[in-house]
Amino acid sequence: MKQLLILSGKGGTGKTTVASAFIKLSQAKVYADCDVDAPNLHLAIKQTSQPKRNDFFGMPKAEVNTILCAKCDRCVENCRFDAVQVVDNNYWIDPYLCEGCGVCEMVCPVRAINLKPHISGELMLYDKDVIFSTAQLKMGSGTSGMLVTEVKKQMKSIDRGDELAIIDGSPGIGCPVIASISGVDMVLIVAEPSVSGISDMERIIKTAQTFHTKTVVCVNKYDANLKKTKAIIDYCQAHDIPYVGKIPYDKSAVEAVNNGLTLVDVFCEAGAAVQVVFGNTMEMLLRN
Amino acid sequence: MKLAVLSGKGGTGKTLVSVNLAAVAKESVYVDCDVEEPNGHLFFKPTDVKTKKVVNKIPVVDEDLCLGCRKCVDFCKFNALAAIVDKLLVFDDICHACGGCIMLCPSNALSEKDKVIGVINSGVSEAVKVISGVLNTGEVSGVPIIKALLKKIADEKRLTVIDCPPGSACVVMESIRDADYCILVAEPTVFGLSNLILVHELVKIFNKPYGVVINKGMEGENLIDTYCLENKIKVLSKIPFDCELGTLNSEGEIASKIEPYHSIFSALLQAVMKEVQDETIAYS
Repeated sequence: MKQLLILSGKGGTGKTTVASAFIKLSQAKVYADCDVDAPNLHLAIKQTSQPKRNDFFGMPKAEVNTILCAKCDRCVENCRFDAVQVVDNNYWIDPYLCEGCGVCEMVCPVRAINLKPHISGELMLYDKDVIFSTAQLKMGSGTSGMLVTEVKKQMKSIDRGDELAIIDGSPGIGCPVIASISGVDMVLIVAEPSVSGISDMERIIKTAQTFHTKTVVCVNKYDANLKKTKAIIDYCQAHDIPYVGKIPYDKSAVEAVNNGLTLVDVFCEAGAAVQVVFGNTMEMLLRN
Repeated sequence: MKLAVLSGKGGTGKTLVSVNLAAVAKESVYVDCDVEEPNGHLFFKPTDVKTKKVVNKIPVVDEDLCLGCRKCVDFCKFNALAAIVDKLLVFDDICHACGGCIMLCPSNALSEKDKVIGVINSGVSEAVKVISGVLNTGEVSGVPIIKALLKKIADEKRLTVIDCPPGSACVVMESIRDADYCILVAEPTVFGLSNLILVHELVKIFNKPYGVVINKGMEGENLIDTYCLENKIKVLSKIPFDCELGTLNSEGEIASKIEPYHSIFSALLQAVMKEVQDETIAYS
């Protein structure tokens, strides 16, 4: 199964809009949303069935047994994440700061600290007509990379001999993005013609290249700044990165998304453009 | 006073709001906590930039001293250490620098080295001090850089605007931890609403006062308006969808240098200040 991952570096350039259009165009039966902090693909591709839900346990969190605690301060001194708080001479661990490393548990002379399993999010798997794997990270949790890995594992857990999987990624270049890149066949970057969009595109391209993943670029809302669109195309040419096309800003596209439809469900300019981008992307994906 | 600007969804206009708020305030500090994709400096084009490296403490093995006892491997919750054919390997990228392995090692075979994960650039742009964190590409976590950024501004007396990363994970939580007030920037789409709901929950968990800015507003029914009304959330400003504003922003220009944008962002700053004052009175 070929896996296509859609990324952007900068947020809001249209990853989910492009991913949902690609799912419709390819009639892909396997897809996933790796933007576990702020998942939206389920809003673009509505499911009629109910998903299977499973708790996601991220890193464990330390807990202090206040009855045993000798208030010796060794946990405070050794925690590098400043997670041990002392309020009114009572010791407790801030779960939002604790990274679950276990140093406090190790140094506690009276065994008052234990690491406890901690639910950091929820995994959802739709597995009736299509396989759609998605998740929601619990607010402020720090294990989004692990959860992304679980989303992908869940997507691949059912093998019905499908040839294509489309994966919607998250913005940025850090742990969730790196976790999403691992093992995919190609990355499609949705770039935006602005100084911010170009700077962010360059950083995500470098990140993808660090992991030797084949990368292609398309431009969304290209008519918002034609000069910057040209700069993106020139950058791709100069760096030998295949450019697979451009999509205009289109009000009817925004309306389609707000009505729970994809770009290709309505007759619009952006929909026609995304078909061309899709064709070029698939050709590149199947070439290697 | 510290204002954090966040959004859940990317591309709703966090940087637009942060940069322009800092620019219309007479004396201010702009802090870019979106260390994975920092963009504020593209608008401010700061001069006199000083760069400071941010390092993580990563263990190194002295093979002559290592007994091969595997205590460190068994301890590491992040699987950053592995013993393969009697050789101890350290995976720098997944190490959280907790220091546990070094404390445990019975033969002092492990010590720490500094690994550069990114930089903090500080410069000035007119009356604005511009501080940006930049994570090196290929690095996994920007949290140590965000922590270093916030430490730098801990005692700052001037108005400080913190431009947060998108999402609702650990990096966002770190960024808003010290904020006195949170500005949630939302766009009126179903995606925008769904992600606003997430950050709304986040600011409530952290007990922060907050208000909403609606960006790219269109005519007609507005999803965000309705949500704010139902949840009694203060709408601080509505920035209409505007091609000229889009163009200025895409060129890396600070829109509030000209009208009508100067008025829009000055009014927003006033609205925020009033909210913060009311909060202070309410809690004092």
